[in-house]
Amino acid sequence: MNIAVCVKQVPDTEARIKIGEDKKSIDESEINFILNPYDELAVEEALKLKEAHESDVTIISLGPDRITSSMRSALAMGATKAIHIKIDSTPVDPMITATALAQVLKEGNYDVILLGKQAIDDDNAQIGPILSELLDIPAINVITKLDIQGDVVIAERQIEGGVEKTEAKLPVILTTQRGLNEPRYASLKGIMAAKKIQIEEKNISLTDNKIEIVEINNPPQKPEGKIVGEGAEAVPELIRLLKEEAKVIS
Amino acid sequence: MFESLDYYRLDDVLSEEEKLVRTTSRQFTEDRVMPIIREYHRKAEFPSELITEMGKLGLLGSTLPEKFGCADMNYTSYGLMLQELERGDSAIRSFASVQSSLVMYPIYKFGSEEQKEKWLPQLATGNKVGCFGLTEPDFGSNPGGMRTTAQKTANGFILNGVKMWITNGTIADIAIIWAKYENKIQGFIVEKGTKGFKTNIIEGKFSLRASNTAEIVLEECEIPQENILPITDGLKSPLKCLTQARFGIAWGAIGAAMACYNESLNYAKTRIQFDKPIASFQLVQEKLVYMVTEITKAQLIALQIAKLQDDNKIKHTHISLAKRNNVSIALKIARLARGILGANGISDEYNTIRHMLNLETVITYEGTHDIHTLVIGEDITGISAFN
Ligand SMILES: Cc1cc2nc3c(=O)[nH]c(=O)nc-3n(C[C@H](O)[C@H](O)[C@H](O)COP(=O)(O)OP(=O)(O)OC[C@H]3O[C@@H](n4cnc5c(N)ncnc54)[C@H](O)[C@@H]3O)c2cc1C
Repeated sequence: MNIAVCVKQVPDTEARIKIGEDKKSIDESEINFILNPYDELAVEEALKLKEAHESDVTIISLGPDRITSSMRSALAMGATKAIHIKIDSTPVDPMITATALAQVLKEGNYDVILLGKQAIDDDNAQIGPILSELLDIPAINVITKLDIQGDVVIAERQIEGGVEKTEAKLPVILTTQRGLNEPRYASLKGIMAAKKIQIEEKNISLTDNKIEIVEINNPPQKPEGKIVGEGAEAVPELIRLLKEEAKVIS
Repeated sequence: MFESLDYYRLDDVLSEEEKLVRTTSRQFTEDRVMPIIREYHRKAEFPSELITEMGKLGLLGSTLPEKFGCADMNYTSYGLMLQELERGDSAIRSFASVQSSLVMYPIYKFGSEEQKEKWLPQLATGNKVGCFGLTEPDFGSNPGGMRTTAQKTANGFILNGVKMWITNGTIADIAIIWAKYENKIQGFIVEKGTKGFKTNIIEGKFSLRASNTAEIVLEECEIPQENILPITDGLKSPLKCLTQARFGIAWGAIGAAMACYNESLNYAKTRIQFDKPIASFQLVQEKLVYMVTEITKAQLIALQIAKLQDDNKIKHTHISLAKRNNVSIALKIARLARGILGANGISDEYNTIRHMLNLETVITYEGTHDIHTLVIGEDITGISAFN
């Protein structure tokens, strides 16, 4: 079985985001970057498949030089190969990213392509579905359970009020959701072994950008809280305000 | 996750794998140590369930070669790992230090090939635990005077004596025991269960409570010939192990200091007195600035000793300076942080008091603060103040 995991490097969930001077990008100078948490689930699932089926796990990522640190962390978890599609900055338009990834994925003949269901920076959740179109491979999205027997793939996904069980044949694209697994830590031996793996670099000409960021703004400041009163006497007034002004209870 | 203080952008000099080692160690501390440490500290017990997990992650003997199941990483990585462990609790770092620097290291350095092959892989996974017995009831700073003896028999050696304050003492499967043999200090491996080998837990500790500390009594304890560490060379040998361990302490203490700084900074920003956050008072700010300054200096010292260690240029006095400085500022920071937390600072609802109490051990063991003063004093003046 040949497995690929497409990953993205994103700002740490706890990073304080500053908007850049152009008002169209974020200031990266003081940001700590991490592997997208949903992609960690994809890496973990790939490693479980690797352990069961003796396969290679190739990490593929598109982005500037800084992203190799997150690719290393996926290698340190246990992935065996890595391909870095080198570009100056991460595209805004998911079509560009997916087209470039598709080009590299085609060359690899993968049976299973895993991705996080979305990246936590732009929250587009587009790459998996677009890849499905471009590669003409079925995609099962937002999976919480996976079982592969022979070439039959059975995956579960959470849907409103229940669980949906789906079946497809290899090759398949799978996007991962929390609950699927508990990503392992990179062991120190894994980290040292990953150091010896050469990350393959690829240069690809990107397709045209069709989405432009016009402006980025901070969310509006929360208005100051209001103290209604003190003690039990204040409760009726608080309830009235929650009903009539805030409209959070009825 | 915990963000460590990095006022001088020292992360910029760390390599990718060094940062990954820190991340793994930090996650381990965050997910596995923090949720249980208060409870273990209260009941004065070491969380033994963490041992094989530490082994699995490669946190034990991590600078030793791969062929023994170790990670073969550099000293900056090793230091960062211990910093993260001690950010959790000095007891966790002490466990890793003893297992790595005081048990695996002497077997690796002074042991025979058979001893290395037999013990190192099992110690690396944590399936076996070790301890290091140098200190005695009457010989602490002056271990050269020790009374424990080894006598040759037909098939091996007989050990007699008492070792005191031994970390991991009652949970260890093997003890590295230092004893006088033909008037020279010599290392031996003693296995748990050997006749005449007894351990007694030391109770009533107010410091390093989550660590296992014991007395070891050796009474006509007979061990086979193959248990002598053949390459030991007098007092120098255990001191070499201690130099390794002190390197880790110099890094670990920064972790404890960072934990206290973070906790007191957050507290100072949210605790309101006289209608203002206490962080707005100059006296409080001065304390926080002291902490940031001293942690930054300690980080620079730690990074440099790691570099010297990796480049094979280190002297034991370099490490004495680092241990002496970094532990001493960590203890001062812990005390200041405790003060900032007010009454909350004496409760184990917060981590600071635990670190403050732990650091009283850390400033004492592996050479007291004052002993390191004398070591450096002798180095720079050429005059020994010990005798
Ligand atoms: C929790 C804990 C765990 C430990 N774990 C281990 C372990 O695993 N293995 C092990 O072998 N040991 C261990 N130790 C022992 C530790 O290394 C010793 O406590 C330490 O070396 C100091 O020895 P001492 O306690 O006998 O103090 P002493 O040597 O009696 O010193 C008492 C005081 O006198 C001062 N002093 C002594 N000599 C001089 C001098 N010449 N000039 C000026 N001042 C001097 C010291 O600085 C100190 O303040 C541990 C200790 C503790 C508390």
